[in-house]
Amino acid sequence: MATAAALPAPPAIDTSSSHMAGQDRRWAVRWAYFFLCLFVVFALVPPFYMLLTSLKHSNEISAATNPWWVFNPTLANFAELLSSPLFLTFFKNSAIVSVLVVIITMLISVPAAFALSRMKFWGSSVLATGVFLTYLVPETLLFIPLFKMFATFRDWTGIELINHWYVLLLVYPTLTVPFCTWIMIGYFASIPKELDEAALIDGASWTQTLLRIFVPVALPGIIAATIFAFTVSWAQFLYPLAFTTSQDQLVLSVGIATTLIKADVFNWGQIMAGALLGAAPPLVIYAFLMDYYIAGLTAGATKG
Amino acid sequence: MSEIAVRQPATFAAPARSRSRLRVFMRQRSTVAFLFTLPLLILVSVMVVYPAFYAMHLATLNKRMDRFIGLSNFTFLFTRETFWMVVKQSCIFAVSAVIFKALIGFVVAHLVHAIPEKGQRKWRGMLLVPWVIPPALSTLAWLWLFDPSYSAFNYVLGGLGIGPIPWTGDAMWARFSVILVNIWYGAPFFMIMYLAALKSVPAELYEVAAIDGATFWQRLWFITLPMMRNIIAITTLFSLIVTFANFDIVWILTAGGPIDRTHVFATWAFRLGIQGGDIPLGASVSLFMLPILAVAAVFILRDVNKRAERM
Repeated sequence: MATAAALPAPPAIDTSSSHMAGQDRRWAVRWAYFFLCLFVVFALVPPFYMLLTSLKHSNEISAATNPWWVFNPTLANFAELLSSPLFLTFFKNSAIVSVLVVIITMLISVPAAFALSRMKFWGSSVLATGVFLTYLVPETLLFIPLFKMFATFRDWTGIELINHWYVLLLVYPTLTVPFCTWIMIGYFASIPKELDEAALIDGASWTQTLLRIFVPVALPGIIAATIFAFTVSWAQFLYPLAFTTSQDQLVLSVGIATTLIKADVFNWGQIMAGALLGAAPPLVIYAFLMDYYIAGLTAGATKG
Repeated sequence: MSEIAVRQPATFAAPARSRSRLRVFMRQRSTVAFLFTLPLLILVSVMVVYPAFYAMHLATLNKRMDRFIGLSNFTFLFTRETFWMVVKQSCIFAVSAVIFKALIGFVVAHLVHAIPEKGQRKWRGMLLVPWVIPPALSTLAWLWLFDPSYSAFNYVLGGLGIGPIPWTGDAMWARFSVILVNIWYGAPFFMIMYLAALKSVPAELYEVAAIDGATFWQRLWFITLPMMRNIIAITTLFSLIVTFANFDIVWILTAGGPIDRTHVFATWAFRLGIQGGDIPLGASVSLFMLPILAVAAVFILRDVNKRAERM
């Protein structure tokens, strides 16, 4: 639209002004479509190329033919990956970690958001702001001290956390809980006060009020927060790279990037197939729950 | 707490039985609230606040972490040429990527907003795909697109007569590439935020402006930008923090190379601290991400407080 409106209007002599405005608007829309197409191409080229490459045999990749076309499409890369115990282990680890982190996140953030938005207590507003600030602390600042902390923890208790997938259950909530709490505070704040006051007078406990009234009413918010927590856990790369090294403990993002890229034998068809399979769960969630996904994204700035 | 408990029954002209019951709940209230927030407090203090301060402590130790050496790690860093290069690269990387993400996001949001309502969902859906794919995986696709000998981009450019571009081999091109991938990944986020903001601008404002004969640029300058100011500021700040602390894209695309020419704070800290085994030095490097964080925190706190006043 920016470009379209900046174009000088064609000199119209005979046409009436309303007709001209209609024509202008039609051209603006046409230009908008044109530029949108360009941006969509930019956005979709890498995933499209991922798909193309994943359908190629390695000899087609190394024969320098037109890379933008598949001459002999094959599903061998997918078949090979889905029958490889290593890849399935990555997938399983990713799935277990992400699902458990979602559960942990919800168990922590929903009650906390309820307390922070409804049970005003000393320091509650400071705490709510503090929670949002912790969301801004990047994981790239924390991974080194956490690494050392886990080593110290082992020296004290003998429990080895480093290089086990469950260490991720401890660190991922630091990425998900603050933002989910923040989203839920916003959703809970939009529920009318009369609802919980009535419930309390009728003799419901705080826990009952939360579970029977707030959770059902704020379900869209909970779905948005769940999606957020899942996609963040699924996509996380730095923590598993720093904290896990044995192949059977790796999650998908790190597993694909470290084990499939072998020193010099690049099997790109398989790497791209793996990346596509790894991107599938978030993409499927996005395709079916787009509105919740976007609600969760924009909640940080527009809600609360 | 007690003051609310005393005041509440007075405002409720309720029968005595339910009033006493209410008082019981009020007495419980602080306990319950404490229990509800306790897991959050433990998580935040043990896994975020403590490590953040622990990083500062670690930065004052020697490599074997058995001796306090004050600021020697920092003075050592200041003498290293690589450190200053990393500072420069981090700033160039974050600032240019955020500027382009914001600009592209702004333009694309306007484009989506300009087309008929019923088609917008489809376009928005396609444009957000880069944000949905885990960046570690989509960067692999870029890495393959940038491959030195099989680059699909170079194939197209070669058809146009433009020589092979060393996407990740040459220092300047490698910097360009990591920024490009970051823009590709982050611009959709800006687009979605700006689109939400655009939708919230009342249409009457534009109608009145159109009647007054305002041009497109005038409408943009006097209506759209002031109405979107808050979201632009928050989104930009937020993105600046995330981009400044970026790890995945740089690590997979170039791993800091060629010869450290694309390292940013996060990747260099990883190289020194985890791979190089010098945890204190790595912690010192990562601490340089704090200033930008502090600046952003001040601005965001101001916004949050304003929002709290409105509530």
